[in-house]
Amino acid sequence: MQTGKDIFLKGMRDGIPIGIGYFAVAFSLGIIAKKCGFTAIQGFFASLSTYASAGQYIGFTLYAADAALVQLIIMTVITNARYLLMGFALNQRIPEGTGRFRRFLIGLTITDEIFGITIAREGPVVPNYGLGAALVAVPLWSLGTALGIYMGNVLPLNVVSALSVALYGMFLAVIIPPARKDKKILACIIAAFAASYACTYAPVISQMSSGNRTILLTVVLSTLAAVIFPKKKKEAGDAD
Amino acid sequence: MQTNVIIWIAVMALATCACRVVPLILIKKPIENVFFQSFLYYVPYVTLAVMTFPAILEATQSPIAGAGALAAGIALAWIGANLYQVAVACCVTVFVLELFLC
Repeated sequence: MQTGKDIFLKGMRDGIPIGIGYFAVAFSLGIIAKKCGFTAIQGFFASLSTYASAGQYIGFTLYAADAALVQLIIMTVITNARYLLMGFALNQRIPEGTGRFRRFLIGLTITDEIFGITIAREGPVVPNYGLGAALVAVPLWSLGTALGIYMGNVLPLNVVSALSVALYGMFLAVIIPPARKDKKILACIIAAFAASYACTYAPVISQMSSGNRTILLTVVLSTLAAVIFPKKKKEAGDAD
Repeated sequence: MQTNVIIWIAVMALATCACRVVPLILIKKPIENVFFQSFLYYVPYVTLAVMTFPAILEATQSPIAGAGALAAGIALAWIGANLYQVAVACCVTVFVLELFLC
């Protein structure tokens, strides 16, 4: 029988490879944060408190675009809608009678990767495993962001240019494997690429801020997808 | 007028935290509505796709290098490379292409 401490330490060990990867990708996020006007300290605390790659990316670019707080909230929720799904999936695996505070702690540890190792682990979901992993991975994420902001203008331009696509690579690694398994997702991604490209250059719509364009395209395309390719009830929760 | 940066970071953190914990502490029953379920299922893929393209073309010095990174990233993710292999491959592709392009 594993004690809570054993599970916590196992989580920390499994968090190490995740943290190393986070460090590299966060560096790329830091380069973007710097362009958006964040200092290394601000970037560090933003990463420590939010620890969400796509969410922070959108948050930083909206700040640079001088957007309103309401827009920040809407965009953050849309960008992190996958965390809602992950929460629904975890709900199925949390032992009955788990208290509200422990459920809250499990929720706090959700990131794409920590959710991945939590759900892949056998047995009931308990807070200690994810907390161990987050305790290792999130500080590395924060440090990487701060260093990206600090070093972004020290490194040669071609190195910065190369590093700046790491974040997009991470996005691709999240969306492409499910698209291979589910052709409906593939269709959505192709449509999203095409629509996003068209809207970036089309008259009128291209005048909108990129944040608003992302909201509009996400809502329109996901609604269309939900109408054209509704998911059957049984499939709920196997999104990941 | 630009919002105070500390408030900005706090709101970003709280909104993100809400996405993480609300399903776990408030909603313990699965969503029944097929439309809403389907909508939530597609949202992450659409948002990330919209955020990736064409932004990746503008992140690099040469848009061709960005396009190369996009192609390399899609190909590697398709054949099952993990997150960091894909991210590194994108960076290397840009670095190599820009040796010739810039």
